[in-house]
Amino acid sequence: MTTPTAVLVKFKQSRRAANSRSLKRWYQNGPLLAGMIIVGIVVVVAVFAPLISPYDPIKQDLLSTLQSPSSAHWLGTDKLGRDVLSRLMWGARVDLRIGFLAVLIPFVFGSIIGALAGYFGGWFDVVVMRIVDVFFAFPFYVIVIALVFVFGSGETSIYLAIAVVSWVAYAKIVRGEVIVAKTQDYVTAARLGGMSHMRILVRHIGPNVLSQVIIYAMSDIVMDIMAIVTLGYLGLGIAPPTPEWGSMILDGQEFITTQWQQATIPGLMVVVMSLGLSWIGDGLSDLLSPDRRK
Amino acid sequence: MLRRMQFIPGRLIQTIPVVFGVTLVVFFLGHLLPGDPAIAILGEHATPARVAALREQLGLNLPLGVQYGQFLLHILQGNLGQSLTYQVPVASLVLQAVPVTLSLLLFALIISLAISIPLAGLAAAKPGGAWDYVARGYTLLGQGMPQFWVGIMLLLLLAVGLRVFPVGGYGITPLDHIYYLCLPALTMGIAMSPTIVRSLRSSTIDVLGSEYIATARSKGSSGTALFRQHVLRNAVIPTVSIIGVHLGYLVGGSIVIEKVFAIPGLGSLMLNAIFSRDFPTIQAVSLMVALFVVAVGILTDIIYTLLNPRINLSEGGEAV
Repeated sequence: MTTPTAVLVKFKQSRRAANSRSLKRWYQNGPLLAGMIIVGIVVVVAVFAPLISPYDPIKQDLLSTLQSPSSAHWLGTDKLGRDVLSRLMWGARVDLRIGFLAVLIPFVFGSIIGALAGYFGGWFDVVVMRIVDVFFAFPFYVIVIALVFVFGSGETSIYLAIAVVSWVAYAKIVRGEVIVAKTQDYVTAARLGGMSHMRILVRHIGPNVLSQVIIYAMSDIVMDIMAIVTLGYLGLGIAPPTPEWGSMILDGQEFITTQWQQATIPGLMVVVMSLGLSWIGDGLSDLLSPDRRK
Repeated sequence: MLRRMQFIPGRLIQTIPVVFGVTLVVFFLGHLLPGDPAIAILGEHATPARVAALREQLGLNLPLGVQYGQFLLHILQGNLGQSLTYQVPVASLVLQAVPVTLSLLLFALIISLAISIPLAGLAAAKPGGAWDYVARGYTLLGQGMPQFWVGIMLLLLLAVGLRVFPVGGYGITPLDHIYYLCLPALTMGIAMSPTIVRSLRSSTIDVLGSEYIATARSKGSSGTALFRQHVLRNAVIPTVSIIGVHLGYLVGGSIVIEKVFAIPGLGSLMLNAIFSRDFPTIQAVSLMVALFVVAVGILTDIIYTLLNPRINLSEGGEAV
């Protein structure tokens, strides 16, 4: 017997089953868990750096410069006698804050533009896709460096430069997803039910395409952290003496023959963060769209 | 053969709006500078006379549309403006730097293929096997390392530690150049390889499962001969387009790598221009790099079609 009620009941049952399956799975998902633990630890250290860092990260001590690791300075001191471990902890605050915040504007703006272009098509779609093509022609670092120069150095212009460059990737992903989604039966059904385009886009298509964007955002955070660290290394990022991993690597490179750990360790921190975030991304894509995994 | 290349004119026409857009972005970079671009370039303490002279030189007193028209016209004439630092045409600086960066890119591409092809082949031969784990670990790590940091680590290991390679510079003779480019090319090759390994691994697995490989096997072909003659040629096709996309990323990375190893290519030119506020040079390098990426895109499509007779972009076929 397939009365509408029976179908509805069956649908609700299967949805409940699916929900409980994914709830049961998230903590059984190895990569996701490992990634969350890694990222969690670094974030906790960054948040509590003022309380747990052994020294003031910008206080110079010119009597004890370039010291090797010891019990007083676990990772040694830099050329101005500043404690490397403390700078590493405080640097996490800067790099992670910018890395996580910088994805927000491109995420929201790019997704909206991509969704509108994919859903409505027409001239708007054509124009948006041409703009996307133009931005894809500029390699990430070339345009970011040029924009940071134009906007002037500092945190705000890093956000701006990243936003200008990286919204296009979100727009492209969401557009592709929406084009596929809008031909699905549930959208046709919603249309026939008399729902407005906006409601369909936000309430029906939105949740279905969001998972892909969130998964991409994880790798985008990695890319943004790399960008900040790279800008710092090039001397175009956050101005000294604020501790930041990239500028720490730059400072350390000078003394690479005698104090190898100074350039090595901040880079290792980036590797650890990207490992954690890629695992979260892998785990999320397992959890959110299992049918897409090969 | 000729018929299959009929898509090229259409593909070229498609890129016209993109090239147009690229010039527009590069043009407006100058107008995004807050306040008077001339003052922004010269600094706040410049004399009014110098500011006026620069405004004249940059054509800032003309209407915006005319300025853009002139900008386009100059590009078509190969005139990329005058470097504010060196007082020579930017085009000559760019021409000196382009071969350096191009050879670095080519060298890096060769190295990354030399890493990726064997690794992807071994991983695909036995999915879930030991080599597959090695390949997976390598991709994960490779994507998580900042490029310039990889360069510094290689310096530490091979130049400072083992003293096999120079710490930086470009040398004098062509043979020098190759020697000096080894480490930077290795750095960029490593940066590029994870994506290639991933793509090549999955396409090799697909090819290995196909019927023509079963046929080749039944005829007695196996091992490297099978891989070279039948597998690689087919598996490499999707990877070609991935490489095309990533070359652009690689050019961006070369800016940073050139700084690590003090190599006088486009990257160093751009960075020096940033620090000396040499705006025409920044514009020219951004433009050249973007046009290069667009050109690589077209070239990729052509190579793609040449490699695979089954793909026909000329008859409205889609590149997969």
